[in-house]
Amino acid sequence: MKIAVCIKRAPDMEQRFKVASSGTSVDEAGLKFDMSDFDGYAVEVALQLTEKAGTGEVVGISLGPDNVQETLRKALSMGVARGIQLKADTVPVDALSIAQALSAELKGGGYDLILFGKLSLDASNGSVGPMVAQLLGLPCVTACSKLDVGDGRGTARRELEGAAEVVKFPLPAVLTIDEGIARPRYPALKGIMAAKKKPLEVKPAALGDVRVTVEAMALPAERPAGKIIGEGPEAVPELVRLLQTEAKVL
Amino acid sequence: MANVLAFAESRGGALRKVALETVTAARALADSAGGEVHAILAGAPGIGELAAELGAVGADRVLVAEHDKWAHYDAESMSATVVARVREGQYRAVLFAASAQGRDLSPRVAAALGAPIGADIVSAELDGDAIRVRHPVYTGKLMATLSIRGSPVVLSVRPNAFTAAPVAKPGTVEPLAPAADPSASRAVVTEMVEGARGALDLADAPVVISGGRGLKAPDNFSLLEELAAAFGGDAAVGATRAVTDEGWRPHSDQIGQTGRLVSPDLYLAIGISGAIQHVAGMRTSRTIVAINKDKDAPIFKIADYGIVGDALEIVPVLTGAIRKVRGTG
Repeated sequence: MKIAVCIKRAPDMEQRFKVASSGTSVDEAGLKFDMSDFDGYAVEVALQLTEKAGTGEVVGISLGPDNVQETLRKALSMGVARGIQLKADTVPVDALSIAQALSAELKGGGYDLILFGKLSLDASNGSVGPMVAQLLGLPCVTACSKLDVGDGRGTARRELEGAAEVVKFPLPAVLTIDEGIARPRYPALKGIMAAKKKPLEVKPAALGDVRVTVEAMALPAERPAGKIIGEGPEAVPELVRLLQTEAKVL
Repeated sequence: MANVLAFAESRGGALRKVALETVTAARALADSAGGEVHAILAGAPGIGELAAELGAVGADRVLVAEHDKWAHYDAESMSATVVARVREGQYRAVLFAASAQGRDLSPRVAAALGAPIGADIVSAELDGDAIRVRHPVYTGKLMATLSIRGSPVVLSVRPNAFTAAPVAKPGTVEPLAPAADPSASRAVVTEMVEGARGALDLADAPVVISGGRGLKAPDNFSLLEELAAAFGGDAAVGATRAVTDEGWRPHSDQIGQTGRLVSPDLYLAIGISGAIQHVAGMRTSRTIVAINKDKDAPIFKIADYGIVGDALEIVPVLTGAIRKVRGTG
Protein backbone atom coordinates (compact mmCIF):
# COMPACT_ATOMS: atom_id res chain seq x y z
CA MET A 1 0.00 0.00 0.00
CA LYS A 2 1.40 3.37 -1.04
CA ILE A 3 0.06 6.35 0.87
CA ALA A 4 0.71 10.07 0.50
CA VAL A 5 0.04 12.38 3.45
CA CYS A 6 -0.18 16.10 2.72
CA ILE A 7 1.15 17.99 5.72
CA LYS A 8 0.91 21.64 6.67
CA ARG A 9 3.17 23.58 9.00
CA ALA A 10 0.97 25.61 11.35
CA PRO A 11 1.37 27.55 14.58
CA ASP A 12 0.37 25.96 17.86
CA MET A 13 -3.07 27.44 18.57
CA GLU A 14 -2.58 27.88 22.33
CA GLN A 15 -0.61 31.06 21.68
CA ARG A 16 -1.41 34.73 21.56
CA PHE A 17 -1.43 36.02 17.99
CA LYS A 18 -0.49 39.48 16.82
CA VAL A 19 -1.10 41.07 13.46
CA ALA A 20 2.12 41.80 11.53
CA SER A 21 2.97 45.42 10.66
CA SER A 22 1.79 44.75 7.08
CA GLY A 23 -1.73 44.39 8.51
CA THR A 24 -2.37 41.37 6.29
CA SER A 25 -0.75 38.48 8.13
CA VAL A 26 0.13 37.10 11.53
CA ASP A 27 3.38 38.22 13.14
CA GLU A 28 5.31 34.95 13.22
CA ALA A 29 8.10 36.24 15.47
CA GLY A 30 8.37 34.08 18.54
CA LEU A 31 5.53 31.76 17.53
CA LYS A 32 5.94 28.02 17.98
CA PHE A 33 5.11 25.96 14.89
CA ASP A 34 4.38 22.28 14.48
CA MET A 35 2.57 19.89 12.19
CA SER A 36 -1.07 21.04 11.88
CA ASP A 37 -3.19 19.15 14.46
CA PHE A 38 -5.37 17.14 12.11
CA ASP A 39 -2.40 16.30 9.84
CA GLY A 40 -0.85 14.49 12.80
CA TYR A 41 -3.85 12.16 12.85
CA ALA A 42 -3.50 11.64 9.10
CA VAL A 43 0.17 10.64 9.46
CA GLU A 44 -0.73 8.22 12.25
CA VAL A 45 -3.51 6.64 10.19
CA ALA A 46 -1.15 6.19 7.22
CA LEU A 47 1.51 4.56 9.39
CA GLN A 48 -0.99 2.19 11.01
CA LEU A 49 -2.42 1.15 7.64
CA THR A 50 0.99 0.24 6.20
CA GLU A 51 2.01 -1.48 9.44
CA LYS A 52 -1.16 -3.55 9.34
CA ALA A 53 -0.66 -4.38 5.66
CA GLY A 54 2.93 -5.36 6.47
CA THR A 55 4.08 -3.64 3.31
CA GLY A 56 3.94 -0.27 1.69
CA GLU A 57 5.36 3.21 1.82
CA VAL A 58 4.16 6.47 3.37
CA VAL A 59 5.29 9.66 1.64
CA GLY A 60 4.94 13.06 3.33
CA ILE A 61 4.35 16.09 1.12
CA SER A 62 4.42 19.69 2.27
CA LEU A 63 4.11 22.92 0.32
CA GLY A 64 5.90 26.06 1.40
CA PRO A 65 9.26 27.70 2.08
CA ASP A 66 12.20 25.81 3.58
CA ASN A 67 10.77 25.94 7.10
CA VAL A 68 8.34 23.15 6.12
CA GLN A 69 11.36 20.81 6.04
CA GLU A 70 11.29 20.81 9.83
CA THR A 71 7.64 19.69 9.72
CA LEU A 72 8.47 16.99 7.19
CA ARG A 73 11.37 15.79 9.38
CA LYS A 74 8.92 15.36 12.22
CA ALA A 75 6.77 13.15 9.98
CA LEU A 76 9.89 11.20 8.99
CA SER A 77 10.76 10.75 12.67
CA MET A 78 7.28 9.30 13.27
CA GLY A 79 7.96 6.68 10.60
CA VAL A 80 7.14 8.26 7.23
CA ALA A 81 9.59 6.86 4.64
CA ARG A 82 10.44 9.98 2.66
CA GLY A 83 9.47 13.60 2.25
CA ILE A 84 8.77 15.93 -0.65
CA GLN A 85 8.86 19.70 -0.25
CA LEU A 86 6.98 21.59 -2.92
CA LYS A 87 8.93 24.79 -2.62
CA ALA A 88 7.08 28.10 -2.67
CA ASP A 89 8.05 31.46 -1.16
CA THR A 90 4.79 31.62 0.73
CA VAL A 91 1.72 29.44 1.18
CA PRO A 92 -1.12 31.21 -0.64
CA VAL A 93 -4.57 31.55 0.96
CA ASP A 94 -6.03 30.37 -2.35
CA ALA A 95 -6.96 26.70 -1.74
CA LEU A 96 -7.37 25.90 -5.46
CA SER A 97 -3.88 27.19 -6.22
CA ILE A 98 -2.45 24.84 -3.56
CA ALA A 99 -4.61 21.95 -4.72
CA GLN A 100 -3.34 22.39 -8.27
CA ALA A 101 0.30 22.23 -7.11
CA LEU A 102 -0.33 19.14 -4.97
CA SER A 103 -2.29 17.41 -7.74
CA ALA A 104 0.54 17.96 -10.20
CA GLU A 105 2.88 16.15 -7.78
CA LEU A 106 0.43 13.39 -6.76
CA LYS A 107 -0.74 12.57 -10.29
CA GLY A 108 0.90 9.44 -11.58
CA GLY A 109 2.43 8.75 -8.16
CA GLY A 110 0.61 5.43 -7.92
CA TYR A 111 -0.85 6.18 -4.47
CA ASP A 112 -3.59 3.93 -3.09
CA LEU A 113 -4.58 6.60 -0.60
CA ILE A 114 -3.97 10.34 -0.35
CA LEU A 115 -4.60 11.65 3.16
CA PHE A 116 -5.12 15.15 4.53
CA GLY A 117 -6.06 16.52 7.93
CA LYS A 118 -9.71 17.63 8.02
CA LEU A 119 -8.58 21.24 8.09
CA SER A 120 -5.82 23.41 9.47
CA LEU A 121 -6.83 25.57 12.41
CA ASP A 122 -4.89 28.63 11.16
CA ALA A 123 -6.53 29.11 7.74
CA SER A 124 -9.59 27.07 8.78
CA ASN A 125 -10.40 26.36 5.16
CA GLY A 126 -10.49 22.57 4.78
CA SER A 127 -10.87 22.76 1.02
CA VAL A 128 -7.59 21.47 -0.39
CA GLY A 129 -8.26 17.74 0.18
CA PRO A 130 -11.58 17.48 -1.68
CA MET A 131 -10.24 19.82 -4.38
CA VAL A 132 -7.30 17.47 -5.02
CA ALA A 133 -9.74 14.56 -5.26
CA GLN A 134 -11.80 16.44 -7.82
CA LEU A 135 -8.75 17.48 -9.86
CA LEU A 136 -7.41 13.90 -9.89
CA GLY A 137 -10.84 12.37 -10.50
CA LEU A 138 -10.66 10.26 -7.33
CA PRO A 139 -13.42 9.37 -4.85
CA CYS A 140 -13.19 11.34 -1.61
CA VAL A 141 -14.47 11.05 1.95
CA THR A 142 -14.01 14.04 4.28
CA ALA A 143 -13.85 14.18 8.10
CA CYS A 144 -13.21 10.43 8.62
CA SER A 145 -13.35 9.47 12.29
CA LYS A 146 -13.09 5.71 11.70
CA LEU A 147 -11.50 3.85 8.86
CA ASP A 148 -11.27 0.28 7.68
CA VAL A 149 -9.28 -0.53 4.51
CA GLY A 150 -8.70 -3.87 2.80
CA ASP A 151 -8.97 -5.66 -0.56
CA GLY A 152 -8.91 -2.46 -2.54
CA ARG A 153 -11.90 -1.00 -0.70
CA GLY A 154 -12.57 1.03 2.39
CA THR A 155 -15.29 1.97 4.84
CA ALA A 156 -15.20 5.25 6.71
CA ARG A 157 -17.32 6.93 9.34
CA ARG A 158 -17.82 10.58 8.55
CA GLU A 159 -18.78 13.03 11.30
CA LEU A 160 -21.69 15.42 10.74
CA GLU A 161 -23.38 17.83 13.14
CA GLY A 162 -25.01 15.54 15.69
CA ALA A 163 -24.91 12.50 13.39
CA ALA A 164 -22.54 10.46 11.24
CA GLU A 165 -22.51 8.74 7.86
CA VAL A 166 -20.99 5.39 6.97
CA VAL A 167 -19.33 5.70 3.55
CA LYS A 168 -17.98 2.90 1.37
CA PHE A 169 -15.39 3.69 -1.29
CA PRO A 170 -12.95 2.00 -3.69
CA LEU A 171 -9.19 2.67 -3.74
CA PRO A 172 -7.47 4.77 -4.86
CA ALA A 173 -9.15 7.51 -2.86
CA VAL A 174 -8.60 10.83 -1.09
CA LEU A 175 -9.53 11.00 2.61
CA THR A 176 -9.49 13.84 5.11
CA ILE A 177 -9.00 12.77 8.71
CA ASP A 178 -10.86 14.01 11.79
CA GLU A 179 -9.48 13.92 15.32
CA GLY A 180 -10.11 10.96 17.56
CA ILE A 181 -9.35 8.34 14.89
CA ALA A 182 -5.90 7.49 16.28
CA ARG A 183 -3.57 9.23 18.71
CA PRO A 184 -0.49 10.50 16.84
CA ARG A 185 2.64 8.76 18.10
CA TYR A 186 5.51 10.70 19.63
CA PRO A 187 8.74 10.32 17.66
CA ALA A 188 11.15 8.05 19.53
CA LEU A 189 14.82 9.04 19.75
CA LYS A 190 15.65 6.25 17.31
CA GLY A 191 13.09 7.66 14.88
CA ILE A 192 14.51 11.16 15.24
CA MET A 193 18.01 9.89 14.45
CA ALA A 194 16.76 7.84 11.49
CA ALA A 195 14.77 10.80 10.13
CA LYS A 196 17.98 12.76 9.56
CA LYS A 197 19.09 10.21 6.98
CA LYS A 198 15.75 9.76 5.22
CA PRO A 199 15.37 11.30 1.75
CA LEU A 200 13.76 14.73 1.51
CA GLU A 201 13.32 15.87 -2.05
CA VAL A 202 12.81 19.55 -2.92
CA LYS A 203 10.87 20.51 -6.04
CA PRO A 204 9.31 23.77 -7.19
CA ALA A 205 5.57 24.04 -6.42
CA ALA A 206 3.49 24.37 -9.59
CA LEU A 207 1.02 26.75 -7.93
CA GLY A 208 -2.05 27.76 -9.89
CA ASP A 209 -3.21 31.35 -10.29
CA VAL A 210 -3.63 33.05 -6.93
CA ARG A 211 -6.98 34.86 -6.92
CA VAL A 212 -7.67 34.93 -3.18
CA THR A 213 -5.63 37.49 -1.24
CA VAL A 214 -5.71 38.84 2.30
CA GLU A 215 -6.79 42.49 2.40
CA ALA A 216 -6.65 42.78 6.15
CA MET A 217 -6.06 40.70 9.26
CA ALA A 218 -7.45 42.04 12.50
CA LEU A 219 -8.32 41.11 16.04
CA PRO A 220 -12.05 40.49 16.23
CA ALA A 221 -14.13 43.14 17.98
CA GLU A 222 -13.77 42.77 21.75
CA ARG A 223 -16.92 41.84 23.58
CA PRO A 224 -17.99 44.81 25.70
CA ALA A 225 -17.28 44.18 29.37
CA GLY A 226 -20.17 42.42 31.02
CA LYS A 227 -21.45 42.77 34.52
CA ILE A 228 -21.67 40.50 37.50
CA ILE A 229 -25.29 40.75 38.60
CA GLY A 230 -24.93 39.24 42.01
CA GLU A 231 -24.17 36.19 44.08
CA GLY A 232 -26.03 32.93 44.55
CA PRO A 233 -29.61 31.95 43.66
CA GLU A 234 -30.92 35.38 44.80
CA ALA A 235 -29.45 36.90 41.61
CA VAL A 236 -31.59 34.71 39.29
CA PRO A 237 -34.68 37.00 39.07
CA GLU A 238 -32.49 39.94 38.03
CA LEU A 239 -30.74 37.76 35.42
CA VAL A 240 -34.05 36.68 33.93
CA ARG A 241 -35.28 40.29 33.88
CA LEU A 242 -32.13 41.44 32.01
CA LEU A 243 -32.36 38.56 29.54
CA GLN A 244 -35.96 39.57 28.83
CA THR A 245 -35.74 43.35 28.73
CA GLU A 246 -32.12 44.17 27.84
CA ALA A 247 -30.73 41.22 25.86
CA LYS A 248 -34.21 40.29 24.59
CA VAL A 249 -33.31 36.61 24.21
CA LEU A 250 -36.08 35.04 26.26
CA MET B 1 -27.37 41.26 -14.10
CA ALA B 2 -25.58 38.70 -12.03
CA ASN B 3 -27.41 35.86 -10.40
CA VAL B 4 -26.33 33.95 -7.30
CA LEU B 5 -26.84 30.22 -6.75
CA ALA B 6 -27.44 28.78 -3.28
CA PHE B 7 -27.31 25.08 -2.37
CA ALA B 8 -29.99 24.35 0.23
CA GLU B 9 -28.78 21.70 2.64
CA SER B 10 -31.19 19.03 3.81
CA ARG B 11 -30.87 15.90 5.90
CA GLY B 12 -33.38 13.09 6.22
CA GLY B 13 -35.90 14.92 4.06
CA ALA B 14 -35.86 18.11 6.16
CA LEU B 15 -34.18 21.45 5.50
CA ARG B 16 -31.42 22.40 7.88
CA LYS B 17 -31.42 25.86 9.40
CA VAL B 18 -28.21 26.65 7.50
CA ALA B 19 -30.13 26.16 4.23
CA LEU B 20 -32.22 29.26 4.98
CA GLU B 21 -29.11 31.16 6.07
CA THR B 22 -27.34 30.25 2.82
CA VAL B 23 -30.27 31.63 0.81
CA THR B 24 -30.24 34.76 3.00
CA ALA B 25 -26.54 35.34 2.33
CA ALA B 26 -27.15 34.79 -1.40
CA ARG B 27 -30.04 37.27 -1.30
CA ALA B 28 -27.80 40.06 0.02
CA LEU B 29 -25.17 39.43 -2.66
CA ALA B 30 -27.74 39.18 -5.45
CA ASP B 31 -29.40 42.43 -4.37
CA SER B 32 -26.13 44.32 -4.60
CA ALA B 33 -25.39 42.68 -7.99
CA GLY B 34 -28.89 43.39 -9.28
CA GLY B 35 -29.58 39.70 -9.87
CA GLU B 36 -31.74 36.81 -8.77
CA VAL B 37 -31.20 34.08 -6.20
CA HIS B 38 -31.64 30.55 -7.47
CA ALA B 39 -31.65 27.79 -4.86
CA ILE B 40 -30.96 24.13 -5.57
CA LEU B 41 -32.91 21.73 -3.38
CA ALA B 42 -31.69 18.17 -3.92
CA GLY B 43 -32.99 14.98 -2.33
CA ALA B 44 -35.30 12.00 -2.58
CA PRO B 45 -38.70 12.40 -4.31
CA GLY B 46 -40.90 14.63 -2.14
CA ILE B 47 -38.07 17.01 -1.16
CA GLY B 48 -39.72 19.59 -3.42
CA GLU B 49 -42.42 20.08 -0.81
CA LEU B 50 -39.86 22.13 1.13
CA ALA B 51 -39.30 24.56 -1.76
CA ALA B 52 -41.72 27.17 -0.42
CA GLU B 53 -39.59 27.56 2.73
CA LEU B 54 -36.67 28.66 0.54
CA GLY B 55 -38.85 30.94 -1.56
CA ALA B 56 -40.10 32.59 1.61
CA VAL B 57 -36.60 33.74 2.67
CA GLY B 58 -35.46 35.10 -0.66
CA ALA B 59 -34.98 32.46 -3.37
CA ASP B 60 -36.50 33.87 -6.58
CA ARG B 61 -36.37 30.44 -8.21
CA VAL B 62 -36.15 27.14 -6.38
CA LEU B 63 -34.68 24.38 -8.56
CA VAL B 64 -35.86 21.03 -7.26
CA ALA B 65 -33.66 18.06 -8.14
CA GLU B 66 -35.12 14.73 -7.03
CA HIS B 67 -33.69 11.23 -7.38
CA ASP B 68 -34.67 7.86 -5.87
CA LYS B 69 -31.07 7.36 -4.74
CA TRP B 70 -30.78 10.71 -2.97
CA ALA B 71 -32.27 9.69 0.38
CA HIS B 72 -28.68 10.14 1.64
CA TYR B 73 -26.19 12.80 0.64
CA ASP B 74 -24.36 11.75 -2.52
CA ALA B 75 -21.32 13.96 -3.03
CA GLU B 76 -20.40 12.93 -6.57
CA SER B 77 -23.78 13.19 -8.30
CA MET B 78 -24.93 16.22 -6.29
CA SER B 79 -21.72 18.16 -7.01
CA ALA B 80 -22.03 17.25 -10.71
CA THR B 81 -25.60 18.59 -10.69
CA VAL B 82 -24.54 21.90 -9.14
CA VAL B 83 -21.60 22.20 -11.56
CA ALA B 84 -23.83 21.58 -14.60
CA ARG B 85 -26.28 24.22 -13.42
CA VAL B 86 -23.53 26.79 -12.80
CA ARG B 87 -22.10 26.23 -16.30
CA GLU B 88 -25.53 26.75 -17.81
CA GLY B 89 -26.62 29.65 -15.61
CA GLN B 90 -23.64 32.05 -15.58
CA TYR B 91 -23.66 32.70 -11.85
CA ARG B 92 -21.55 35.34 -10.11
CA ALA B 93 -21.30 33.26 -6.94
CA VAL B 94 -22.28 29.81 -5.68
CA LEU B 95 -23.04 29.53 -1.97
CA PHE B 96 -23.07 26.56 0.39
CA ALA B 97 -23.31 26.18 4.17
CA ALA B 98 -19.98 25.82 5.97
CA SER B 99 -21.33 22.62 7.53
CA ALA B 100 -19.96 19.08 7.31
CA GLN B 101 -21.93 18.63 4.08
CA GLY B 102 -21.23 22.05 2.58
CA ARG B 103 -17.54 21.85 3.38
CA ASP B 104 -17.48 18.51 1.55
CA LEU B 105 -19.45 19.70 -1.46
CA SER B 106 -18.18 23.25 -2.05
CA PRO B 107 -14.48 22.45 -2.73
CA ARG B 108 -15.48 19.74 -5.22
CA VAL B 109 -17.69 22.20 -7.08
CA ALA B 110 -15.00 24.91 -6.98
CA ALA B 111 -12.30 22.57 -8.30
CA ALA B 112 -14.57 21.24 -11.07
CA LEU B 113 -15.35 24.81 -12.15
CA GLY B 114 -11.79 26.05 -11.67
CA ALA B 115 -13.30 28.64 -9.33
CA PRO B 116 -11.66 30.21 -6.27
CA ILE B 117 -13.22 29.44 -2.88
CA GLY B 118 -13.89 31.44 0.27
CA ALA B 119 -14.70 29.06 3.13
CA ASP B 120 -16.59 29.64 6.38
CA ILE B 121 -17.40 33.28 5.68
CA VAL B 122 -19.38 35.60 7.96
CA SER B 123 -19.93 38.39 5.39
CA ALA B 124 -19.73 38.88 1.64
CA GLU B 125 -19.98 41.96 -0.55
CA LEU B 126 -19.21 42.94 -4.11
CA ASP B 127 -16.08 45.03 -4.52
CA GLY B 128 -15.73 46.03 -8.17
CA ASP B 129 -14.84 42.85 -10.05
CA ALA B 130 -13.93 41.04 -6.82
CA ILE B 131 -15.94 39.72 -3.90
CA ARG B 132 -14.81 40.73 -0.42
CA VAL B 133 -15.49 38.29 2.41
CA ARG B 134 -14.66 38.09 6.10
CA HIS B 135 -13.54 34.76 7.51
CA PRO B 136 -12.61 33.92 11.13
CA VAL B 137 -9.12 32.35 11.25
CA TYR B 138 -6.76 31.04 13.94
CA THR B 139 -9.72 29.50 15.80
CA GLY B 140 -11.53 32.82 15.83
CA LYS B 141 -8.67 34.72 17.43
CA LEU B 142 -8.27 36.75 14.23
CA MET B 143 -10.59 37.90 11.47
CA ALA B 144 -9.30 37.87 7.88
CA THR B 145 -10.77 40.06 5.16
CA LEU B 146 -10.20 38.34 1.82
CA SER B 147 -10.53 39.63 -1.71
CA ILE B 148 -11.55 36.95 -4.21
CA ARG B 149 -11.17 37.63 -7.93
CA GLY B 150 -12.77 35.61 -10.70
CA SER B 151 -16.28 34.54 -11.59
CA PRO B 152 -17.97 32.49 -10.39
CA VAL B 153 -16.70 32.47 -6.83
CA VAL B 154 -17.61 29.58 -4.51
CA LEU B 155 -18.39 30.49 -0.89
CA SER B 156 -19.41 28.56 2.21
CA VAL B 157 -21.38 30.42 4.85
CA ARG B 158 -20.72 29.97 8.58
CA PRO B 159 -23.80 28.73 10.46
CA ASN B 160 -25.58 31.46 12.47
CA ALA B 161 -23.67 34.29 10.75
CA PHE B 162 -26.69 35.28 8.64
CA THR B 163 -30.21 35.57 10.03
CA ALA B 164 -32.94 34.36 7.71
CA ALA B 165 -35.86 36.78 7.34
CA PRO B 166 -39.07 36.55 5.32
CA VAL B 167 -39.25 38.44 2.01
CA ALA B 168 -42.30 40.07 0.45
CA LYS B 169 -42.22 38.18 -2.85
CA PRO B 170 -42.12 34.40 -2.55
CA GLY B 171 -40.16 32.56 -5.27
CA THR B 172 -41.24 30.19 -8.02
CA VAL B 173 -40.48 26.45 -8.14
CA GLU B 174 -39.24 24.41 -11.09
CA PRO B 175 -37.67 20.98 -11.58
CA LEU B 176 -33.96 20.45 -12.23
CA ALA B 177 -32.71 17.19 -13.72
CA PRO B 178 -29.85 15.50 -11.81
CA ALA B 179 -26.77 15.80 -14.05
CA ALA B 180 -25.22 12.50 -12.97
CA ASP B 181 -26.52 9.06 -12.05
CA PRO B 182 -25.94 8.34 -8.33
CA SER B 183 -25.58 4.64 -9.24
CA ALA B 184 -22.26 5.59 -10.83
CA SER B 185 -20.93 7.28 -7.67
CA ARG B 186 -17.86 5.56 -6.24
CA ALA B 187 -17.93 6.79 -2.62
CA VAL B 188 -21.42 6.03 -1.33
CA VAL B 189 -23.20 6.68 1.98
CA THR B 190 -24.61 3.33 3.07
CA GLU B 191 -25.95 4.28 6.48
CA MET B 192 -26.83 7.30 8.63
CA VAL B 193 -25.94 7.11 12.30
CA GLU B 194 -28.23 9.57 14.07
CA GLY B 195 -27.30 11.31 17.29
CA ALA B 196 -29.58 11.24 20.30
CA ARG B 197 -33.11 10.94 18.94
CA GLY B 198 -34.99 14.16 18.74
CA ALA B 199 -32.15 16.11 20.30
CA LEU B 200 -31.49 19.51 18.82
CA ASP B 201 -27.99 19.79 17.39
CA LEU B 202 -25.61 22.21 19.13
CA ALA B 203 -25.06 24.14 15.89
CA ASP B 204 -28.79 24.65 15.31
CA ALA B 205 -29.90 25.41 18.86
CA PRO B 206 -30.85 29.03 19.68
CA VAL B 207 -29.87 28.32 23.30
CA VAL B 208 -26.76 26.37 24.30
CA ILE B 209 -26.16 25.34 27.90
CA SER B 210 -22.62 24.16 28.59
CA GLY B 211 -21.16 22.56 31.66
CA GLY B 212 -17.60 22.43 32.93
CA ARG B 213 -15.75 20.92 35.84
CA GLY B 214 -17.66 23.19 38.20
CA LEU B 215 -20.55 20.72 37.94
CA LYS B 216 -18.35 18.38 40.02
CA ALA B 217 -19.81 15.07 38.80
CA PRO B 218 -21.28 13.60 35.59
CA ASP B 219 -24.66 13.04 37.24
CA ASN B 220 -25.04 16.76 37.79
CA PHE B 221 -25.45 17.29 34.05
CA SER B 222 -29.05 16.22 34.64
CA LEU B 223 -29.51 19.75 36.08
CA LEU B 224 -28.47 21.17 32.70
CA GLU B 225 -30.76 18.75 30.85
CA GLU B 226 -33.66 20.00 33.01
CA LEU B 227 -32.73 23.61 32.29
CA ALA B 228 -32.59 22.78 28.56
CA ALA B 229 -36.04 21.19 28.79
CA ALA B 230 -37.36 24.37 30.41
CA PHE B 231 -36.53 26.18 27.15
CA GLY B 232 -39.11 23.95 25.46
CA GLY B 233 -37.02 22.27 22.78
CA ASP B 234 -34.95 25.36 21.93
CA ALA B 235 -31.84 24.35 23.87
CA ALA B 236 -28.98 21.86 23.53
CA VAL B 237 -26.41 20.84 26.14
CA GLY B 238 -22.67 21.08 25.49
CA ALA B 239 -19.52 20.62 27.54
CA THR B 240 -15.91 21.71 27.90
CA ARG B 241 -12.97 19.62 26.79
CA ALA B 242 -12.08 18.89 30.43
CA VAL B 243 -15.49 17.29 30.85
CA THR B 244 -15.41 15.24 27.64
CA ASP B 245 -11.83 14.13 28.33
CA GLU B 246 -13.05 12.83 31.71
CA GLY B 247 -15.72 10.87 29.87
CA TRP B 248 -18.55 12.72 31.69
CA ARG B 249 -20.09 13.63 28.33
CA PRO B 250 -19.60 12.30 24.76
CA HIS B 251 -16.71 13.73 22.77
CA SER B 252 -19.16 15.05 20.15
CA ASP B 253 -20.57 17.49 22.78
CA GLN B 254 -17.26 19.29 23.22
CA ILE B 255 -17.40 23.01 22.43
CA GLY B 256 -14.05 24.61 21.76
CA GLN B 257 -11.25 25.09 19.33
CA THR B 258 -10.84 21.39 18.55
CA GLY B 259 -14.54 20.64 19.04
CA ARG B 260 -17.73 22.28 17.92
CA LEU B 261 -18.08 25.97 17.10
CA VAL B 262 -21.40 27.41 18.24
CA SER B 263 -22.91 30.85 17.96
CA PRO B 264 -26.36 30.72 19.58
CA ASP B 265 -28.58 33.62 20.65
CA LEU B 266 -28.00 32.67 24.28
CA TYR B 267 -25.02 30.77 25.69
CA LEU B 268 -25.08 29.69 29.33
CA ALA B 269 -21.62 28.75 30.67
CA ILE B 270 -22.16 26.79 33.86
CA GLY B 271 -19.18 25.98 36.07
CA ILE B 272 -16.80 26.89 33.23
CA SER B 273 -13.62 28.86 33.95
CA GLY B 274 -13.26 30.18 30.40
CA ALA B 275 -10.02 28.67 29.09
CA ILE B 276 -8.94 29.93 25.63
CA GLN B 277 -9.60 26.46 24.21
CA HIS B 278 -13.28 26.69 25.22
CA VAL B 279 -13.85 30.37 24.45
CA ALA B 280 -12.69 29.82 20.84
CA GLY B 281 -15.78 27.68 20.33
CA MET B 282 -18.41 30.08 21.70
CA ARG B 283 -17.13 33.65 21.74
CA THR B 284 -19.39 34.76 18.87
CA SER B 285 -22.56 33.85 20.79
CA ARG B 286 -24.99 36.76 20.87
CA THR B 287 -25.54 36.85 24.65
CA ILE B 288 -23.32 35.00 27.12
CA VAL B 289 -24.27 34.22 30.71
CA ALA B 290 -21.71 32.78 33.14
CA ILE B 291 -22.31 31.07 36.45
CA ASN B 292 -19.12 30.29 38.36
CA LYS B 293 -18.05 30.22 41.99
CA ASP B 294 -14.77 32.03 41.29
CA LYS B 295 -15.45 35.74 40.70
CA ASP B 296 -12.03 36.09 39.01
CA ALA B 297 -12.69 33.33 36.44
CA PRO B 298 -11.84 34.56 32.90
CA ILE B 299 -15.31 33.58 31.65
CA PHE B 300 -16.71 36.70 33.40
CA LYS B 301 -14.54 38.89 31.12
CA ILE B 302 -16.44 37.75 28.02
CA ALA B 303 -19.85 37.14 29.60
CA ASP B 304 -22.57 39.78 29.28
CA TYR B 305 -24.10 38.72 32.60
CA GLY B 306 -22.55 36.80 35.44
CA ILE B 307 -23.64 35.25 38.70
CA VAL B 308 -21.02 34.26 41.27
CA GLY B 309 -21.89 31.15 43.20
CA ASP B 310 -22.34 27.41 43.26
CA ALA B 311 -23.85 26.22 39.96
CA LEU B 312 -25.56 23.31 41.72
CA GLU B 313 -27.58 25.78 43.84
CA ILE B 314 -28.24 28.36 41.15
CA VAL B 315 -29.23 26.20 38.16
CA PRO B 316 -32.38 24.67 39.72
CA VAL B 317 -33.63 28.16 40.62
CA LEU B 318 -32.90 29.37 37.09
CA THR B 319 -34.73 26.35 35.67
CA GLY B 320 -37.80 27.27 37.71
CA ALA B 321 -37.68 30.87 36.51
CA ILE B 322 -37.29 29.89 32.84
CA ARG B 323 -40.23 27.45 33.13
CA LYS B 324 -42.35 30.33 34.34
CA VAL B 325 -41.28 32.64 31.51
CA ARG B 326 -41.59 29.98 28.81
CA GLY B 327 -44.71 28.36 30.21
CA THR B 328 -43.02 24.97 30.20
CA GLY B 329 -43.59 24.19 33.87
